[in-house]
Amino acid sequence: MWHQVFALIVKELLAVLKDRKSRMVLIGPPLIQLMVFGYAATFDLDHVPIAIYDEDPSAASRDLIARFTGAPVFQEVASLPSAHDIDALIDARRVAMVLSIGRNFTRDLLRHRPARVQVIVDGRNSNTALLILGYANSIIADFDQAWMRDHGRPPLPAVLDMRARYNPSLSSQWFIVPGIVAVLTQVVVLLVIGLSVAREREAGTFDQLLVTPMRQIDILLGKGLPGLLIGGIEASVIILAAILWFHVPLRGSLPALYLGLFLFIAAVVGIGLMISSLAVTQQQALLGAFLFMVPSITLSDFATPIANMPPLIQDLTQVNPMRHFLAVVRGVFLEGATLSSLWSHYWPMALVAAASLAAAGWLFRKRAS
Amino acid sequence: MAFLLPAFLLLIFGYGVTLDAHDVPVALVIDHPDAVTASFSGKLAHSPYFSPRAFATIGTAEKAMADHEVTAIVWLREDFTRKVLSAGAAPLGVIVNGMDANSARIIEGYLQQVWMNWIEARAAERATPPPLPVAVQPTIRFNPAVSSRDYLIPGLIAMIMTLTGALLTALVMAREWERGTLEALMVTRATIREILIAKLLPYFLLGMGGMAASVAMAVALFHVPFHGSLAVLTGTSALFLLAALGMGLLISSLARNQFVAGQIAIITTYLPAFILSGFIFDIGSMPAPVRVVTHVVPARYFVSILQTVFLAGDVWAVILPNALALAAMAAIFLGVARMGARKRLD
Repeated sequence: MWHQVFALIVKELLAVLKDRKSRMVLIGPPLIQLMVFGYAATFDLDHVPIAIYDEDPSAASRDLIARFTGAPVFQEVASLPSAHDIDALIDARRVAMVLSIGRNFTRDLLRHRPARVQVIVDGRNSNTALLILGYANSIIADFDQAWMRDHGRPPLPAVLDMRARYNPSLSSQWFIVPGIVAVLTQVVVLLVIGLSVAREREAGTFDQLLVTPMRQIDILLGKGLPGLLIGGIEASVIILAAILWFHVPLRGSLPALYLGLFLFIAAVVGIGLMISSLAVTQQQALLGAFLFMVPSITLSDFATPIANMPPLIQDLTQVNPMRHFLAVVRGVFLEGATLSSLWSHYWPMALVAAASLAAAGWLFRKRAS
Repeated sequence: MAFLLPAFLLLIFGYGVTLDAHDVPVALVIDHPDAVTASFSGKLAHSPYFSPRAFATIGTAEKAMADHEVTAIVWLREDFTRKVLSAGAAPLGVIVNGMDANSARIIEGYLQQVWMNWIEARAAERATPPPLPVAVQPTIRFNPAVSSRDYLIPGLIAMIMTLTGALLTALVMAREWERGTLEALMVTRATIREILIAKLLPYFLLGMGGMAASVAMAVALFHVPFHGSLAVLTGTSALFLLAALGMGLLISSLARNQFVAGQIAIITTYLPAFILSGFIFDIGSMPAPVRVVTHVVPARYFVSILQTVFLAGDVWAVILPNALALAAMAAIFLGVARMGARKRLD
């Protein structure tokens, strides 16, 4: 039995690697996507264009403005002579924020009255708007504290001392790049599996395969193991790039990461085989793969937190293998997670893998009879 | 399919995708509880963004954070009250799980608000002058409630239309190439242009229907405000669909078979529309080479138009350049696809 399975695996690998187009689809795009997305997928702000309207040019307002223009997050692109242009600049997306310093800024500061500063932000991207506001608030808080110190005012009763655990500089690359490991591995494995079944369908050899003396389990192994192998290699390359190129720290144990990877690919292989065996035409197979892939990435914590979703959808994400593998990759990379701390993510993936592989085997048998 | 697919995707995304944090679980460690610490924990519990849980020691709180039971820790040390009442500047310790850097920054921003509210409330109680010299008045234009759904859903529509437009066209046309039915048409008296128009028109109409359904869902179901005009929306949607259909057509004529066409369509439409379109990640903050790459993603222009038409209105300074870019892309894709069609016949 084993040499039959082995022969099928060799045949599958040869079929994938000999075809120029499928070779290209497997090797080129994932690496290009890793590079582009690794840099593109960032929530960190950089050189946000801002405009400044200073109604009270003075030493104090110049100090405040210098704190904004000196911050790498902001870049002053316009200094406004009047309040007239503020709305038009933001509407046209030429600036994302306008800092407007009130007419009596210095006088109010000296008289211990609230000195008014307006921060007007483009809310079309509400996430960026919140981040810009956060940065502006901390720059103004720094100015406040410097002013109080220099003018002999009593210090505030309490000051914030904020730190971040696991990712001290709050780099989104550390969060997103491990996520790309999961996304690209899933895309590649689904494509390999879909490709291998579709090719057999096209050539009419799939039904032949089903009537050979091979058992369903042998066919599953023969079809599934090449996906496992190619997915594992692809994921390892991306993991290496995350460590060596993007310098994401790997703090946990590699066995914990690879057990997660194995279960994840097994689950994706099972789902891929299930879709292929359900579909009658290639078009259905592709749409099926697509209808699985899009929600599985969206509801996985990859870019938007599961914690913010409604409870019902949060429960639904439990059956999404990608969600659990993302938790494993990020846990191992950033939090130093080990085998024992990740069980709650291993067993759902194992369950999905077992269920989908069993279903695929049953569907194969149904087709054969 | 062309109607169901957009509706299905918009439902999942609309309910699943949000960046607004609320009821973030926070561990509150107070080494020495008294009236001063109680006034602070009251402000924290009052905030809609947090749901604080008391922990006796910092050690147990750290453990809870490691186990993902809480996302942040607020720690008022033993001497907090003494420092508040004497010299001031008592350190208010905050430890955030920084793994999800974006959520961590937003949580830090909310905690800063709680801290400022507490300081101002203390000063008001004691009738002392405002403790903070500068009074910041934030104004968030177009989205005063800062709801991420309002900006994500217009972007989602652009993404969904890229997917359905390009993927369906690529698949259907690839099948025609595969079966040779297109070549059969080409030997008739119909010109290539007529054939392509006849093939694309039904998908264009289906796409516009899907678009109308998505917009109706966004407004009726998700209550996204719509400030622009329907004319602008219809016109720019038509341009965008032409670009998406052109992309699908081009993919199909390059790939020759359904499967490769489907793969290329998935790889070149879904992830780029997700990551490079400004739908969720800010394009302005990307490194310069990546910003250049975003210019070949049609969704980029449509996302910008949709966010503006929905939330801000008909701002021509945004709509015109983006609509021109879409028109240019549609012309290039359709032109190249047509040239490709002619060549294949030889």
